[in-house]
Amino acid sequence: MSTLTDRPLSRKNLAVTVATGYIPLIIATLIVFLPLAWMIISSLKNPGEIVTTTLKIFPEHASADNYVKAATKVPFVRFFANSVLVTVVAATIKCVLAVLTAYALVFIAFPFKRVIFILILVALMVPPQAAVLPNYVLIAQLGGLNTYWGIILPGLGTAFGTFLLRQHFLTLPASILEAAEMDGASHWRRLWQVVAPVSLPSIATVALVTIVTEWNDYLWPLIITTKQEFMTLPVGLTLLSNSDSSAQAWGVLMAGSVIVIVPILIVFAALQRYIVAGLTQGSVTG
Amino acid sequence: MSISPATTAAPPAAPAGTHPTPAKRPRYWTARKRRDALIFLAFALPNMALIAVFTYRPLIQNMYFSTLDWTLGAATATNVGLGNYIEFFTSADAPTVLGTTAIFTVATVGGAMILGLLVALALNQNLRGSTFARAAVFSPYVLSGVGVGLVWLFIFDPTYGVLSWVLRGLGASSPQWINDPNLALVMVIIVYVWKNLGYCAVVYLAGLQSMPKEVMEAASLDGASGLRRFFSITVPLLSPTTFFLVITSLLSSLQAFDIIRIMTPTGNGTNTLIFDSYLQAFGAYNRAGYSATISVVLFVILLVMTVFQLRFVERKVHYS
Repeated sequence: MSTLTDRPLSRKNLAVTVATGYIPLIIATLIVFLPLAWMIISSLKNPGEIVTTTLKIFPEHASADNYVKAATKVPFVRFFANSVLVTVVAATIKCVLAVLTAYALVFIAFPFKRVIFILILVALMVPPQAAVLPNYVLIAQLGGLNTYWGIILPGLGTAFGTFLLRQHFLTLPASILEAAEMDGASHWRRLWQVVAPVSLPSIATVALVTIVTEWNDYLWPLIITTKQEFMTLPVGLTLLSNSDSSAQAWGVLMAGSVIVIVPILIVFAALQRYIVAGLTQGSVTG
Repeated sequence: MSISPATTAAPPAAPAGTHPTPAKRPRYWTARKRRDALIFLAFALPNMALIAVFTYRPLIQNMYFSTLDWTLGAATATNVGLGNYIEFFTSADAPTVLGTTAIFTVATVGGAMILGLLVALALNQNLRGSTFARAAVFSPYVLSGVGVGLVWLFIFDPTYGVLSWVLRGLGASSPQWINDPNLALVMVIIVYVWKNLGYCAVVYLAGLQSMPKEVMEAASLDGASGLRRFFSITVPLLSPTTFFLVITSLLSSLQAFDIIRIMTPTGNGTNTLIFDSYLQAFGAYNRAGYSATISVVLFVILLVMTVFQLRFVERKVHYS
């Protein structure tokens, strides 16, 4: 705003603004959107419009055939339901655990609290991918292959949510808790009646980032499920792509990609402020 | 049970002589402390236990696995000591896998950061629609790597992909992106840069917006050109942001898996540490011990980088 109004509106400034501002922005936005638009357009084409020697950008008769085919080749509806189930259960538990742990770390006296916090912080930097083999062996021994709990359990510990909420709880003014303390409210009541309600934006941030991560999670569900009835969408999409590698299959694969990508795009479009804030946490404070 | 009257009587007698009302206060505090400790554990222990079992235990167990010649699923394994490490570092695997990891990491981090900075500069002009553009360029960062990988695989398809149409239009023919190991790596890098540049752009934008305006204005009044201002003022002032991005992007690209797996399922010039570790255990060979060895190598690299980062953050905190 300010830069625009500061400048006198001359033809030269307008040209500079367009060349250095609008054109790069439009290019950047197109680079992001064109592949996604191509995915949606292609998912509506029939195979003949994809396997062709004359490129047509838009389908002549847009149809949902590819979506139907995706659902008949593999149990895509089941994959979707599995993804929703795993995401909802895992994200809910992770959020509750993060809120409880962060509250305990900030408001309840305990010896070695600092050591515990550092151990959680370090866990944030351990790549889950490097832990996959030992966790696979353990879960397989416990009988968790091809089960929902086997998919969900190993990822439930949350260092990210705990860290983010702890940082937020530390900024809460002491005065809001003092009143509750005088009333003799228990920690449980103080948490849910005082701390959580004033921290809703931070909790929403943790919830949304967790939902996105769980929905997209790939490596763990990929190795822990071999039966179709337990596969999540990304794993099912892999199955779909393995089942037909001919050029005919692109339309169906794009339909599958739409199903896995578009729900998150919608969530992101509606609540991007929280998601961006959560994912770029630490960048400004250092 | 067999406590003599003398010993039970002794302790209360001692403090009673030194303080007038000693017994009540300490006992009140210990009871409260004990109750607080129990509540703390009730709140935090489930999460702490999960992190211990599924994050810390695997690190240690991987080190043990790495000393085994062990086929995944087999009941028995033979101890080979450092044999797996010797095999990794003396065979062609080390140069191939470490080289691929290095190229992939440097190219994705560098590409996403440079393009991200350029986009951030455009976004920073606060033009109409820049809020939308900011959200738009960030969006690929939150999308499923599997979905994104398939979309780009279609774009790169040598016969029916959009890219092949464009290249044919320009009179060139499409290269075989997937079959050529070098091009497969280039392809995967392009997709990761596309996915991550919005993240870099948003972080850089925050850095740009927190820069003191006076410095820019002073330089502008001194007659410094735009390019000059960019390289001698903007870039140096952004160095904390750049450092933050280098570290976080390095860590995340060393863990990149989804797009590589979906675009090159069996690995073809794209065997980074994390992907090769996966292929060794869960691919054709089921070599669990060797896979653990590669995971340990990756972990050591990440550990060194994390220590480096923590030291820097500490220094920064002290200076500011």
